[in-house]
Amino acid sequence: MSAVADKAKEFAKLDVQVLACSTDSRFVHKIWQEQELSKMVEGGFPFPMLSDAGGRIGAVYGVFDEEAGVDVRGRFIIDPDGIVQAIEILTPPVGRKVAESVRQLQAFQHVRKTKGAEACPAGWEPGKPTLKVGPDLVGKVWTVWKPNE
Amino acid sequence: MVDNKPEGCVSPAAGPLVAGAGRESGSPPSNAQGKEERRMNVSVGKEAPDFEAAAFHAGGFKNVRLSSFRGKWVLLCFYPGDFTFV
Repeated sequence: MSAVADKAKEFAKLDVQVLACSTDSRFVHKIWQEQELSKMVEGGFPFPMLSDAGGRIGAVYGVFDEEAGVDVRGRFIIDPDGIVQAIEILTPPVGRKVAESVRQLQAFQHVRKTKGAEACPAGWEPGKPTLKVGPDLVGKVWTVWKPNE
Repeated sequence: MVDNKPEGCVSPAAGPLVAGAGRESGSPPSNAQGKEERRMNVSVGKEAPDFEAAAFHAGGFKNVRLSSFRGKWVLLCFYPGDFTFV
């Protein structure tokens, strides 16, 4: 979560609301913030830290591990209409690359801005060419995009 | 967003607000959770299931509801627990 906090400015720039959620109580969240997160990142974790008591929310989102009694690392990008656009779920020992969430958010925001007229190819980052999707592009992606550029 | 109530040891939050679970927004949380709500109900391109959770934010406690952020992009991150290593 400290890695997410570290990118707080970027999420703010993209007007993204971050929510963290674990099975810990709000009291534990408070002490974690005060005792550890605020020492890892200036200002600590600036977004709401949700308590998923009993894993009921996690179960609906497919991230609750019933044997361990915890929510595993699951990350969901939800658009302004409340539609899930991206899901990433990892087992506990490997952390996320938060920059990838930022990149995906930028890509989904771009697609939304163009109302779906443009698509973001693999590895797309802001400033790189997008694909103008339509019948004319069929079989001709190679003329406008290469995977190693 | 739900207003703050006097702080006690336990502050119930509605949890998942799954359609058909028989609880409308604002109705009191029930202990009788339907089995259905425990199934994964999320896929890309589909609506994110709404929920209400107790939360810590900006030094205080409040209940947070996912649908209160309609109109904004949301990054929802589950993680295994506070004070864990990764």
